Amino acid sequence: MRRAPYLSIAVWAVAGFLTVPTLFLVPMSLSGGSTFQFPPPSWSLQWYRNLVEAPEWREAVLVSLQVAAFSTPLAVVIGTCAAFGLMRLGERLRIAGAAALSAPLVIPNILVALALYGTFLRLGLSGTLLGLVLGQTALAIPFVLIAVLARLQGYDRSLTTAALSLGASPATAFRTVTFPLILPGIVAGAVFAFVASFDELVIALLLQGPGNVTLPVQMFNAVVEAADPTISAASTVLVVVVSAVVLVVQIGWTRRSEQRSGSGA
Amino acid sequence: MTTTAVLEVGRPARPRAAERETRSRTATLLLLLPAVVASLLLFVYPLTRIVVVSVTEPTIGLGNYLELFTDGYTLRVLIRTLWVALAVAVLDLLMAFPFAYAMTVCKPRTRAVLFTIVLIPFWTSALAKNFGWMILFQRGGLVDRFLQATLGIDHPLLGTTPAVLIAMSQVLLPFAVLPLYARLDQIDRRLLDAAQGLGAGRARAFRQVYLPLSAPGLVAAGALTFILALGFYITPALLGSPQQTLIAQLIMARVEQVLDFAGANAIGIFLLLVTIAMLLLSRLVSRHASPAREEPARTESAR
Repeated sequence: MRRAPYLSIAVWAVAGFLTVPTLFLVPMSLSGGSTFQFPPPSWSLQWYRNLVEAPEWREAVLVSLQVAAFSTPLAVVIGTCAAFGLMRLGERLRIAGAAALSAPLVIPNILVALALYGTFLRLGLSGTLLGLVLGQTALAIPFVLIAVLARLQGYDRSLTTAALSLGASPATAFRTVTFPLILPGIVAGAVFAFVASFDELVIALLLQGPGNVTLPVQMFNAVVEAADPTISAASTVLVVVVSAVVLVVQIGWTRRSEQRSGSGA
Repeated sequence: MTTTAVLEVGRPARPRAAERETRSRTATLLLLLPAVVASLLLFVYPLTRIVVVSVTEPTIGLGNYLELFTDGYTLRVLIRTLWVALAVAVLDLLMAFPFAYAMTVCKPRTRAVLFTIVLIPFWTSALAKNFGWMILFQRGGLVDRFLQATLGIDHPLLGTTPAVLIAMSQVLLPFAVLPLYARLDQIDRRLLDAAQGLGAGRARAFRQVYLPLSAPGLVAAGALTFILALGFYITPALLGSPQQTLIAQLIMARVEQVLDFAGANAIGIFLLLVTIAMLLLSRLVSRHASPAREEPARTESAR
Protein backbone atom coordinates (compact mmCIF):
# COMPACT_ATOMS: atom_id res chain seq x y z
CA MET A 1 0.00 0.00 0.00
CA ARG A 2 2.99 2.31 0.50
CA ARG A 3 3.30 3.30 -3.14
CA ALA A 4 -0.41 3.68 -3.72
CA PRO A 5 -1.91 6.75 -2.07
CA TYR A 6 -4.95 6.51 -4.36
CA LEU A 7 -5.61 3.04 -3.05
CA SER A 8 -5.57 4.25 0.55
CA ILE A 9 -7.94 7.09 -0.29
CA ALA A 10 -10.30 4.73 -2.11
CA VAL A 11 -10.24 2.18 0.71
CA TRP A 12 -10.98 4.68 3.45
CA ALA A 13 -13.67 6.33 1.35
CA VAL A 14 -15.37 2.95 0.95
CA ALA A 15 -14.89 2.28 4.65
CA GLY A 16 -16.61 5.58 5.41
CA PHE A 17 -19.44 4.71 3.03
CA LEU A 18 -19.95 1.44 4.89
CA THR A 19 -20.05 3.01 8.36
CA VAL A 20 -21.56 6.50 7.99
CA PRO A 21 -25.29 5.64 7.99
CA THR A 22 -24.87 3.58 11.13
CA LEU A 23 -22.90 6.33 12.86
CA PHE A 24 -25.77 8.77 12.41
CA LEU A 25 -28.13 6.63 14.42
CA VAL A 26 -26.57 7.29 17.81
CA PRO A 27 -26.84 11.12 17.86
CA MET A 28 -30.31 10.84 16.27
CA SER A 29 -31.50 8.59 19.08
CA LEU A 30 -30.44 11.18 21.65
CA SER A 31 -32.45 13.93 19.99
CA GLY A 32 -34.63 16.22 22.09
CA GLY A 33 -36.72 17.11 19.03
CA SER A 34 -39.78 15.26 17.81
CA THR A 35 -38.77 14.93 14.14
CA PHE A 36 -35.93 13.23 12.28
CA GLN A 37 -34.07 16.55 12.13
CA PHE A 38 -30.26 16.32 12.06
CA PRO A 39 -28.33 17.58 13.95
CA PRO A 40 -30.82 17.40 16.82
CA PRO A 41 -31.98 20.74 18.24
CA SER A 42 -31.45 19.50 21.81
CA TRP A 43 -30.46 16.32 23.64
CA SER A 44 -32.60 13.93 25.64
CA LEU A 45 -33.20 10.26 26.41
CA GLN A 46 -36.91 10.55 25.60
CA TRP A 47 -36.86 8.03 22.72
CA TYR A 48 -35.20 5.38 24.85
CA ARG A 49 -37.83 5.99 27.52
CA ASN A 50 -40.51 5.67 24.86
CA LEU A 51 -39.02 2.42 23.59
CA VAL A 52 -39.46 0.89 27.03
CA GLU A 53 -42.68 2.58 28.06
CA ALA A 54 -44.90 3.03 24.99
CA PRO A 55 -47.08 -0.09 24.84
CA GLU A 56 -46.72 -0.66 21.08
CA TRP A 57 -42.93 -0.55 21.29
CA ARG A 58 -42.63 -2.60 24.45
CA GLU A 59 -44.93 -5.23 23.03
CA ALA A 60 -43.02 -5.34 19.75
CA VAL A 61 -39.76 -5.94 21.64
CA LEU A 62 -41.41 -8.69 23.68
CA VAL A 63 -42.94 -10.36 20.62
CA SER A 64 -39.57 -10.34 18.86
CA LEU A 65 -37.83 -11.81 21.91
CA GLN A 66 -40.54 -14.45 22.22
CA VAL A 67 -40.28 -15.43 18.57
CA ALA A 68 -36.47 -15.59 18.78
CA ALA A 69 -36.65 -17.58 22.02
CA PHE A 70 -38.55 -20.32 20.22
CA SER A 71 -37.20 -20.16 16.70
CA THR A 72 -33.47 -19.94 17.53
CA PRO A 73 -33.27 -23.14 19.64
CA LEU A 74 -35.57 -24.89 17.20
CA ALA A 75 -33.38 -23.91 14.27
CA VAL A 76 -30.21 -24.83 16.18
CA VAL A 77 -31.46 -28.33 17.01
CA ILE A 78 -32.90 -29.05 13.57
CA GLY A 79 -29.93 -27.54 11.73
CA THR A 80 -27.30 -29.25 13.89
CA CYS A 81 -29.00 -32.67 13.60
CA ALA A 82 -29.24 -32.21 9.85
CA ALA A 83 -25.54 -31.28 9.62
CA PHE A 84 -24.62 -34.48 11.50
CA GLY A 85 -26.95 -36.48 9.30
CA LEU A 86 -25.47 -35.01 6.12
CA MET A 87 -21.95 -35.85 7.31
CA ARG A 88 -22.92 -39.53 7.36
CA LEU A 89 -23.84 -39.46 3.70
CA GLY A 90 -21.54 -39.81 0.72
CA GLU A 91 -20.00 -36.65 -0.64
CA ARG A 92 -22.34 -36.24 -3.58
CA LEU A 93 -25.49 -36.76 -1.51
CA ARG A 94 -24.14 -34.47 1.17
CA ILE A 95 -23.55 -31.60 -1.23
CA ALA A 96 -26.97 -32.08 -2.85
CA GLY A 97 -28.67 -32.31 0.54
CA ALA A 98 -26.95 -29.21 1.89
CA ALA A 99 -27.90 -27.28 -1.25
CA ALA A 100 -31.54 -28.39 -1.03
CA LEU A 101 -31.85 -27.56 2.67
CA SER A 102 -30.23 -24.15 2.29
CA ALA A 103 -32.31 -23.17 -0.76
CA PRO A 104 -34.42 -20.67 1.25
CA LEU A 105 -31.31 -18.48 1.44
CA VAL A 106 -30.95 -18.20 -2.33
CA ILE A 107 -34.60 -17.66 -3.14
CA PRO A 108 -35.71 -14.03 -2.87
CA ASN A 109 -37.03 -13.34 0.60
CA ILE A 110 -40.20 -11.82 -0.75
CA LEU A 111 -41.09 -15.09 -2.46
CA VAL A 112 -40.53 -17.15 0.69
CA ALA A 113 -42.70 -14.64 2.54
CA LEU A 114 -45.41 -14.84 -0.09
CA ALA A 115 -45.37 -18.65 -0.05
CA LEU A 116 -45.55 -18.88 3.73
CA TYR A 117 -48.29 -16.26 3.90
CA GLY A 118 -50.50 -18.13 1.43
CA THR A 119 -50.08 -21.43 3.22
CA PHE A 120 -50.42 -20.01 6.74
CA LEU A 121 -53.59 -18.10 5.81
CA ARG A 122 -55.11 -21.41 4.80
CA LEU A 123 -53.97 -23.17 7.97
CA GLY A 124 -55.15 -20.33 10.21
CA LEU A 125 -51.55 -19.68 11.28
CA SER A 126 -51.33 -16.20 9.80
CA GLY A 127 -51.24 -13.52 12.46
CA THR A 128 -50.37 -16.02 15.21
CA LEU A 129 -47.19 -16.30 17.24
CA LEU A 130 -46.78 -19.91 16.10
CA GLY A 131 -46.88 -18.77 12.49
CA LEU A 132 -44.14 -16.21 13.11
CA VAL A 133 -42.01 -18.77 14.97
CA LEU A 134 -42.35 -21.30 12.15
CA GLY A 135 -41.58 -18.70 9.51
CA GLN A 136 -38.46 -17.43 11.26
CA THR A 137 -37.32 -20.99 11.98
CA ALA A 138 -37.58 -21.88 8.31
CA LEU A 139 -35.32 -18.96 7.49
CA ALA A 140 -32.86 -19.65 10.33
CA ILE A 141 -32.25 -23.39 9.76
CA PRO A 142 -29.94 -22.90 6.74
CA PHE A 143 -27.70 -20.53 8.72
CA VAL A 144 -27.19 -23.13 11.45
CA LEU A 145 -26.77 -25.93 8.93
CA ILE A 146 -24.06 -24.11 7.00
CA ALA A 147 -22.13 -23.02 10.11
CA VAL A 148 -22.18 -26.47 11.76
CA LEU A 149 -21.46 -28.29 8.50
CA ALA A 150 -18.40 -26.09 7.91
CA ARG A 151 -17.14 -26.92 11.40
CA LEU A 152 -17.83 -30.65 11.00
CA GLN A 153 -16.00 -30.80 7.70
CA GLY A 154 -12.98 -29.16 9.26
CA TYR A 155 -12.77 -31.38 12.31
CA ASP A 156 -10.60 -34.45 12.60
CA ARG A 157 -12.82 -37.50 12.89
CA SER A 158 -9.98 -39.65 14.20
CA LEU A 159 -10.22 -37.77 17.52
CA THR A 160 -13.65 -39.29 18.14
CA THR A 161 -12.42 -42.67 16.91
CA ALA A 162 -9.50 -42.41 19.33
CA ALA A 163 -11.85 -41.71 22.24
CA LEU A 164 -13.96 -44.73 21.25
CA SER A 165 -10.94 -47.01 21.02
CA LEU A 166 -9.80 -45.83 24.45
CA GLY A 167 -13.03 -47.18 25.86
CA ALA A 168 -15.39 -44.21 25.84
CA SER A 169 -19.00 -44.99 25.06
CA PRO A 170 -20.38 -43.28 21.93
CA ALA A 171 -22.33 -40.91 24.20
CA THR A 172 -19.24 -39.99 26.25
CA ALA A 173 -17.13 -39.59 23.14
CA PHE A 174 -19.73 -37.25 21.69
CA ARG A 175 -20.10 -35.24 24.88
CA THR A 176 -16.42 -34.87 25.73
CA VAL A 177 -14.73 -34.85 22.33
CA THR A 178 -16.98 -34.21 19.34
CA PHE A 179 -19.33 -31.68 20.88
CA PRO A 180 -16.71 -29.29 22.31
CA LEU A 181 -14.88 -29.34 18.98
CA ILE A 182 -17.91 -28.34 16.94
CA LEU A 183 -19.38 -26.01 19.57
CA PRO A 184 -18.01 -22.85 17.87
CA GLY A 185 -19.91 -23.85 14.74
CA ILE A 186 -23.11 -24.31 16.72
CA VAL A 187 -22.63 -20.98 18.52
CA ALA A 188 -21.95 -19.18 15.24
CA GLY A 189 -25.02 -20.83 13.74
CA ALA A 190 -27.12 -19.82 16.74
CA VAL A 191 -25.94 -16.20 16.49
CA PHE A 192 -26.68 -16.13 12.76
CA ALA A 193 -30.07 -17.72 13.34
CA PHE A 194 -30.91 -15.28 16.13
CA VAL A 195 -29.91 -12.21 14.15
CA ALA A 196 -31.62 -13.46 11.00
CA SER A 197 -34.89 -14.16 12.76
CA PHE A 198 -34.76 -11.11 15.04
CA ASP A 199 -34.17 -8.76 12.12
CA GLU A 200 -36.46 -10.38 9.57
CA LEU A 201 -39.03 -7.93 8.20
CA VAL A 202 -40.66 -9.13 5.00
CA ILE A 203 -42.09 -12.39 6.37
CA ALA A 204 -43.07 -10.73 9.66
CA LEU A 205 -44.77 -7.93 7.73
CA LEU A 206 -47.06 -10.37 5.96
CA LEU A 207 -47.59 -12.69 8.93
CA GLN A 208 -48.27 -9.92 11.45
CA GLY A 209 -51.55 -9.93 13.33
CA PRO A 210 -53.05 -7.92 16.13
CA GLY A 211 -50.77 -8.33 19.14
CA ASN A 212 -48.17 -10.06 17.00
CA VAL A 213 -46.12 -7.18 15.67
CA THR A 214 -42.37 -7.82 15.79
CA LEU A 215 -39.82 -5.08 16.42
CA PRO A 216 -38.80 -4.77 12.74
CA VAL A 217 -42.45 -4.44 11.71
CA GLN A 218 -43.03 -1.81 14.39
CA MET A 219 -39.90 0.03 13.19
CA PHE A 220 -41.08 -0.14 9.59
CA ASN A 221 -44.49 1.22 10.57
CA ALA A 222 -42.83 3.91 12.68
CA VAL A 223 -41.02 5.23 9.60
CA VAL A 224 -43.71 4.75 6.97
CA GLU A 225 -46.82 5.69 8.90
CA ALA A 226 -46.04 7.63 12.03
CA ALA A 227 -42.61 9.29 11.55
CA ASP A 228 -41.99 8.23 15.15
CA PRO A 229 -38.36 8.98 16.17
CA THR A 230 -38.44 6.09 18.66
CA ILE A 231 -37.10 4.10 15.70
CA SER A 232 -33.73 5.83 16.16
CA ALA A 233 -33.51 4.51 19.74
CA ALA A 234 -34.65 1.06 18.62
CA SER A 235 -32.09 1.04 15.80
CA THR A 236 -29.29 2.07 18.12
CA VAL A 237 -30.19 -0.60 20.65
CA LEU A 238 -30.30 -3.22 17.89
CA VAL A 239 -26.92 -2.16 16.52
CA VAL A 240 -25.30 -2.09 19.96
CA VAL A 241 -26.79 -5.42 21.10
CA VAL A 242 -25.90 -7.26 17.90
CA SER A 243 -22.36 -5.83 17.82
CA ALA A 244 -21.90 -6.81 21.47
CA VAL A 245 -23.02 -10.38 20.80
CA VAL A 246 -20.78 -10.67 17.75
CA LEU A 247 -17.84 -9.18 19.62
CA VAL A 248 -18.24 -11.50 22.62
CA VAL A 249 -18.46 -14.54 20.37
CA GLN A 250 -15.41 -13.42 18.41
CA ILE A 251 -13.36 -12.75 21.54
CA GLY A 252 -14.40 -16.04 23.11
CA TRP A 253 -13.32 -17.68 19.91
CA THR A 254 -9.84 -16.21 19.70
CA ARG A 255 -9.27 -16.95 23.38
CA ARG A 256 -10.37 -20.55 22.85
CA SER A 257 -8.10 -21.07 19.90
CA GLU A 258 -5.22 -19.39 21.74
CA GLN A 259 -5.75 -21.70 24.68
CA ARG A 260 -5.80 -24.70 22.42
CA SER A 261 -2.66 -23.72 20.54
CA GLY A 262 -1.05 -22.89 23.91
CA SER A 263 -1.83 -26.30 25.40
CA GLY A 264 -0.87 -27.98 22.13
CA ALA A 265 2.60 -26.44 22.20
CA MET B 1 -20.20 -77.99 1.66
CA THR B 2 -16.86 -76.54 2.57
CA THR B 3 -17.80 -73.13 1.33
CA THR B 4 -20.96 -73.10 3.40
CA ALA B 5 -18.92 -74.23 6.39
CA VAL B 6 -16.58 -71.31 5.88
CA LEU B 7 -19.57 -69.04 5.62
CA GLU B 8 -20.99 -70.53 8.81
CA VAL B 9 -17.76 -69.79 10.62
CA GLY B 10 -17.68 -66.28 9.29
CA ARG B 11 -21.28 -65.69 10.18
CA PRO B 12 -21.24 -64.51 13.80
CA ALA B 13 -19.46 -61.30 12.88
CA ARG B 14 -21.59 -60.52 9.84
CA PRO B 15 -25.09 -60.03 11.17
CA ARG B 16 -23.66 -57.70 13.77
CA ALA B 17 -21.98 -55.57 11.13
CA ALA B 18 -25.13 -55.60 9.04
CA GLU B 19 -27.18 -54.74 12.06
CA ARG B 20 -24.87 -51.88 12.90
CA GLU B 21 -25.14 -50.65 9.35
CA THR B 22 -28.95 -50.60 9.36
CA ARG B 23 -28.89 -49.00 12.78
CA SER B 24 -26.56 -46.29 11.54
CA ARG B 25 -28.68 -45.80 8.44
CA THR B 26 -31.72 -45.36 10.65
CA ALA B 27 -29.75 -42.88 12.75
CA THR B 28 -28.80 -40.91 9.63
CA LEU B 29 -32.42 -40.78 8.54
CA LEU B 30 -33.58 -39.76 12.02
CA LEU B 31 -31.00 -36.97 12.12
CA LEU B 32 -32.11 -35.63 8.76
CA LEU B 33 -35.82 -36.12 9.34
CA PRO B 34 -36.63 -32.88 11.24
CA ALA B 35 -34.89 -30.72 8.64
CA VAL B 36 -36.55 -32.55 5.78
CA VAL B 37 -39.99 -32.24 7.40
CA ALA B 38 -39.40 -28.54 8.12
CA SER B 39 -38.22 -28.00 4.57
CA LEU B 40 -41.22 -29.81 3.07
CA LEU B 41 -43.78 -28.06 5.27
CA LEU B 42 -42.29 -24.56 5.34
CA PHE B 43 -40.66 -24.38 1.95
CA VAL B 44 -41.47 -27.00 -0.66
CA TYR B 45 -45.23 -27.18 -0.06
CA PRO B 46 -45.77 -23.40 0.21
CA LEU B 47 -43.70 -22.80 -2.91
CA THR B 48 -45.50 -25.50 -4.85
CA ARG B 49 -48.80 -24.00 -3.79
CA ILE B 50 -47.66 -20.65 -5.16
CA VAL B 51 -47.05 -22.21 -8.55
CA VAL B 52 -50.38 -24.06 -8.46
CA VAL B 53 -52.38 -21.00 -7.42
CA SER B 54 -50.70 -18.89 -10.09
CA VAL B 55 -51.94 -21.19 -12.86
CA THR B 56 -55.36 -22.18 -11.45
CA GLU B 57 -56.86 -18.99 -10.04
CA PRO B 58 -59.13 -17.41 -11.07
CA THR B 59 -59.18 -19.74 -14.08
CA ILE B 60 -56.90 -22.57 -15.10
CA GLY B 61 -54.24 -21.43 -17.51
CA LEU B 62 -51.39 -19.04 -17.96
CA GLY B 63 -53.62 -15.97 -17.77
CA ASN B 64 -51.80 -14.51 -14.79
CA TYR B 65 -48.49 -14.80 -16.60
CA LEU B 66 -49.85 -13.40 -19.84
CA GLU B 67 -51.11 -10.42 -17.91
CA LEU B 68 -47.58 -9.69 -16.69
CA PHE B 69 -46.50 -9.09 -20.27
CA THR B 70 -49.62 -7.38 -21.51
CA ASP B 71 -50.51 -4.94 -18.73
CA GLY B 72 -47.45 -2.88 -19.67
CA TYR B 73 -46.85 -1.98 -16.04
CA THR B 74 -45.34 -5.18 -14.65
CA LEU B 75 -42.84 -5.47 -17.44
CA ARG B 76 -41.78 -1.88 -16.91
CA VAL B 77 -41.28 -2.53 -13.20
CA LEU B 78 -39.29 -5.66 -13.98
CA ILE B 79 -37.03 -3.83 -16.41
CA ARG B 80 -36.53 -1.06 -13.85
CA THR B 81 -35.66 -3.69 -11.22
CA LEU B 82 -33.12 -5.30 -13.56
CA TRP B 83 -31.54 -1.90 -14.24
CA VAL B 84 -31.32 -1.04 -10.57
CA ALA B 85 -29.83 -4.44 -9.76
CA LEU B 86 -27.29 -4.03 -12.55
CA ALA B 87 -26.33 -0.55 -11.38
CA VAL B 88 -25.97 -1.81 -7.80
CA ALA B 89 -23.74 -4.66 -8.99
CA VAL B 90 -21.54 -2.27 -10.98
CA LEU B 91 -21.30 0.25 -8.12
CA ASP B 92 -20.42 -2.54 -5.70
CA LEU B 93 -17.73 -3.95 -7.98
CA LEU B 94 -16.19 -0.49 -8.36
CA MET B 95 -16.03 -0.11 -4.59
CA ALA B 96 -15.24 -3.72 -3.76
CA PHE B 97 -12.27 -4.07 -6.09
CA PRO B 98 -9.89 -1.55 -4.46
CA PHE B 99 -11.15 -2.57 -1.03
CA ALA B 100 -10.60 -6.30 -1.56
CA TYR B 101 -7.29 -5.60 -3.30
CA ALA B 102 -6.08 -3.55 -0.34
CA MET B 103 -7.09 -6.40 1.96
CA THR B 104 -4.70 -8.73 0.10
CA VAL B 105 -1.69 -6.42 0.31
CA CYS B 106 -2.03 -4.68 3.68
CA LYS B 107 -0.64 -5.70 7.09
CA PRO B 108 -2.58 -8.37 9.01
CA ARG B 109 -3.80 -5.86 11.57
CA THR B 110 -5.15 -3.48 8.92
CA ARG B 111 -6.77 -6.47 7.24
CA ALA B 112 -8.57 -7.32 10.47
CA VAL B 113 -9.85 -3.74 10.68
CA LEU B 114 -10.99 -3.77 7.05
CA PHE B 115 -12.70 -7.13 7.60
CA THR B 116 -14.62 -5.74 10.56
CA ILE B 117 -15.61 -2.61 8.62
CA VAL B 118 -16.84 -4.53 5.60
CA LEU B 119 -18.99 -6.72 7.81
CA ILE B 120 -20.73 -3.74 9.44
CA PRO B 121 -23.68 -3.63 7.00
CA PHE B 122 -23.91 -7.40 7.36
CA TRP B 123 -24.44 -7.15 11.10
CA THR B 124 -26.44 -3.95 11.22
CA SER B 125 -30.20 -4.32 11.38
CA ALA B 126 -31.71 -3.82 7.92
CA LEU B 127 -34.07 -1.18 9.26
CA ALA B 128 -31.31 0.63 11.13
CA LYS B 129 -29.21 0.92 7.96
CA ASN B 130 -32.07 2.19 5.85
CA PHE B 131 -33.16 4.57 8.57
CA GLY B 132 -29.62 5.94 8.72
CA TRP B 133 -29.76 6.65 4.99
CA MET B 134 -33.18 8.25 5.36
CA ILE B 135 -31.76 10.72 7.87
CA LEU B 136 -28.85 11.54 5.58
CA PHE B 137 -30.99 11.92 2.45
CA GLN B 138 -34.05 13.68 3.85
CA ARG B 139 -35.08 17.24 3.02
CA GLY B 140 -32.77 19.49 5.00
CA GLY B 141 -30.52 16.51 5.76
CA LEU B 142 -26.75 16.58 5.44
CA VAL B 143 -26.57 15.26 1.88
CA ASP B 144 -29.39 17.53 0.78
CA ARG B 145 -27.67 20.60 2.21
CA PHE B 146 -24.31 19.55 0.75
CA LEU B 147 -25.80 19.09 -2.74
CA GLN B 148 -27.48 22.51 -2.54
CA ALA B 149 -24.32 24.24 -1.36
CA THR B 150 -21.91 22.67 -3.87
CA LEU B 151 -23.90 21.81 -6.98
CA GLY B 152 -26.95 23.95 -6.44
CA ILE B 153 -29.21 20.92 -6.75
CA ASP B 154 -32.49 21.80 -5.13
CA HIS B 155 -34.00 18.34 -5.02
CA PRO B 156 -33.93 16.02 -2.02
CA LEU B 157 -32.38 12.63 -2.67
CA LEU B 158 -34.95 10.82 -0.52
CA GLY B 159 -37.63 9.24 -2.66
CA THR B 160 -35.47 8.93 -5.76
CA THR B 161 -33.87 5.97 -7.51
CA PRO B 162 -30.31 7.24 -6.85
CA ALA B 163 -31.06 7.13 -3.11
CA VAL B 164 -32.22 3.52 -3.48
CA LEU B 165 -29.10 2.71 -5.52
CA ILE B 166 -26.72 4.19 -2.96
CA ALA B 167 -28.35 2.50 0.02
CA MET B 168 -28.63 -0.86 -1.75
CA SER B 169 -24.95 -0.74 -2.71
CA GLN B 170 -24.00 -0.22 0.91
CA VAL B 171 -26.22 -3.04 2.11
CA LEU B 172 -24.84 -5.45 -0.51
CA LEU B 173 -21.19 -4.38 -0.49
CA PRO B 174 -20.06 -7.20 1.87
CA PHE B 175 -21.48 -9.72 -0.60
CA ALA B 176 -19.23 -8.24 -3.28
CA VAL B 177 -16.08 -7.79 -1.18
CA LEU B 178 -15.97 -11.26 0.39
CA PRO B 179 -16.01 -13.43 -2.78
CA LEU B 180 -13.74 -10.97 -4.55
CA TYR B 181 -11.24 -11.03 -1.68
CA ALA B 182 -11.31 -14.84 -1.68
CA ARG B 183 -10.30 -14.79 -5.34
CA LEU B 184 -7.76 -11.97 -5.22
CA ASP B 185 -6.03 -13.58 -2.27
CA GLN B 186 -5.31 -16.64 -4.41
CA ILE B 187 -3.59 -14.73 -7.18
CA ASP B 188 0.12 -15.36 -7.24
CA ARG B 189 1.64 -11.89 -7.04
CA ARG B 190 4.92 -13.17 -8.47
CA LEU B 191 3.14 -13.23 -11.83
CA LEU B 192 2.95 -9.44 -11.61
CA ASP B 193 6.66 -9.23 -10.81
CA ALA B 194 7.37 -11.54 -13.72
CA ALA B 195 5.33 -9.36 -16.08
CA GLN B 196 7.15 -6.28 -14.89
CA GLY B 197 10.48 -8.09 -15.13
CA LEU B 198 9.65 -8.85 -18.75
CA GLY B 199 9.19 -5.16 -19.42
CA ALA B 200 5.51 -4.47 -18.77
CA GLY B 201 4.73 -1.27 -16.91
CA ARG B 202 2.77 -1.42 -13.67
CA ALA B 203 -0.45 -0.44 -15.42
CA ARG B 204 0.03 -2.97 -18.19
CA ALA B 205 0.94 -5.78 -15.79
CA PHE B 206 -2.20 -4.99 -13.85
CA ARG B 207 -4.41 -4.86 -16.93
CA GLN B 208 -3.02 -7.89 -18.73
CA VAL B 209 -2.17 -10.19 -15.82
CA TYR B 210 -3.96 -9.21 -12.63
CA LEU B 211 -7.34 -8.21 -14.06
CA PRO B 212 -7.87 -11.39 -16.14
CA LEU B 213 -6.88 -13.53 -13.15
CA SER B 214 -9.39 -11.72 -10.95
CA ALA B 215 -12.21 -12.06 -13.50
CA PRO B 216 -13.85 -15.14 -11.87
CA GLY B 217 -14.03 -13.24 -8.58
CA LEU B 218 -15.52 -10.21 -10.30
CA VAL B 219 -18.13 -12.35 -12.01
CA ALA B 220 -19.02 -14.16 -8.78
CA ALA B 221 -19.25 -10.96 -6.77
CA GLY B 222 -21.22 -9.14 -9.45
CA ALA B 223 -23.65 -12.01 -9.92
CA LEU B 224 -24.27 -12.39 -6.20
CA THR B 225 -25.00 -8.70 -5.63
CA PHE B 226 -27.15 -8.56 -8.76
CA ILE B 227 -29.24 -11.56 -7.74
CA LEU B 228 -29.67 -10.39 -4.17
CA ALA B 229 -30.63 -6.91 -5.38
CA LEU B 230 -33.49 -8.30 -7.49
CA GLY B 231 -35.56 -9.25 -4.46
CA PHE B 232 -35.00 -6.13 -2.33
CA TYR B 233 -38.04 -4.77 -0.57
CA ILE B 234 -37.13 -2.66 2.48
CA THR B 235 -34.72 -0.23 0.81
CA PRO B 236 -36.91 0.74 -2.17
CA ALA B 237 -39.97 0.88 0.10
CA LEU B 238 -38.29 3.31 2.50
CA LEU B 239 -35.97 5.32 0.25
CA GLY B 240 -37.64 5.10 -3.15
CA SER B 241 -40.80 6.60 -4.53
CA PRO B 242 -44.13 4.94 -5.35
CA GLN B 243 -43.64 6.10 -8.93
CA GLN B 244 -40.38 4.14 -9.15
CA THR B 245 -41.65 0.84 -7.73
CA LEU B 246 -39.42 -2.23 -7.86
CA ILE B 247 -40.73 -5.76 -8.31
CA ALA B 248 -40.76 -6.82 -4.65
CA GLN B 249 -42.89 -3.77 -3.81
CA LEU B 250 -45.25 -4.75 -6.61
CA ILE B 251 -45.67 -8.23 -5.11
CA MET B 252 -46.25 -6.78 -1.66
CA ALA B 253 -48.81 -4.26 -2.95
CA ARG B 254 -50.72 -6.94 -4.87
CA VAL B 255 -51.05 -9.02 -1.72
CA GLU B 256 -51.65 -6.35 0.89
CA GLN B 257 -53.76 -3.85 -1.00
CA VAL B 258 -55.54 -5.77 -3.74
CA LEU B 259 -55.44 -9.28 -2.19
CA ASP B 260 -54.62 -10.55 -5.66
CA PHE B 261 -52.75 -13.69 -4.62
CA ALA B 262 -52.71 -15.33 -8.01
CA GLY B 263 -51.24 -12.23 -9.64
CA ALA B 264 -48.67 -11.77 -6.87
CA ASN B 265 -47.73 -15.44 -7.11
CA ALA B 266 -47.22 -15.17 -10.86
CA ILE B 267 -44.92 -12.15 -10.40
CA GLY B 268 -43.09 -14.03 -7.64
CA ILE B 269 -42.52 -17.08 -9.84
CA PHE B 270 -41.42 -14.81 -12.65
CA LEU B 271 -38.89 -13.18 -10.29
CA LEU B 272 -37.68 -16.63 -9.27
CA LEU B 273 -37.20 -17.67 -12.89
CA VAL B 274 -35.27 -14.49 -13.64
CA THR B 275 -33.12 -15.13 -10.55
CA ILE B 276 -32.37 -18.71 -11.59
CA ALA B 277 -31.61 -17.63 -15.16
CA MET B 278 -29.15 -15.04 -13.85
CA LEU B 279 -27.56 -17.64 -11.58
CA LEU B 280 -27.04 -20.04 -14.50
CA LEU B 281 -25.81 -17.24 -16.73
CA SER B 282 -23.22 -16.18 -14.15
CA ARG B 283 -22.02 -19.79 -13.80
CA LEU B 284 -21.62 -19.96 -17.55
CA VAL B 285 -19.76 -16.66 -17.72
CA SER B 286 -17.45 -17.50 -14.84
CA ARG B 287 -16.63 -20.84 -16.43
CA HIS B 288 -15.73 -18.96 -19.58
CA ALA B 289 -13.82 -16.36 -17.63
CA SER B 290 -11.60 -18.65 -15.62
CA PRO B 291 -10.30 -21.91 -17.09
CA ALA B 292 -9.65 -20.57 -20.56
CA ARG B 293 -7.10 -18.19 -19.12
CA GLU B 294 -5.66 -20.45 -16.50
CA GLU B 295 -5.53 -23.90 -18.02
CA PRO B 296 -2.83 -23.14 -20.59
CA ALA B 297 -0.64 -21.68 -17.88
CA ARG B 298 -1.14 -24.75 -15.74
CA THR B 299 -0.34 -27.25 -18.51
CA GLU B 300 2.61 -25.08 -19.43
CA SER B 301 4.07 -25.45 -15.97
CA ALA B 302 3.20 -29.15 -15.89
CA ARG B 303 5.45 -29.70 -18.86
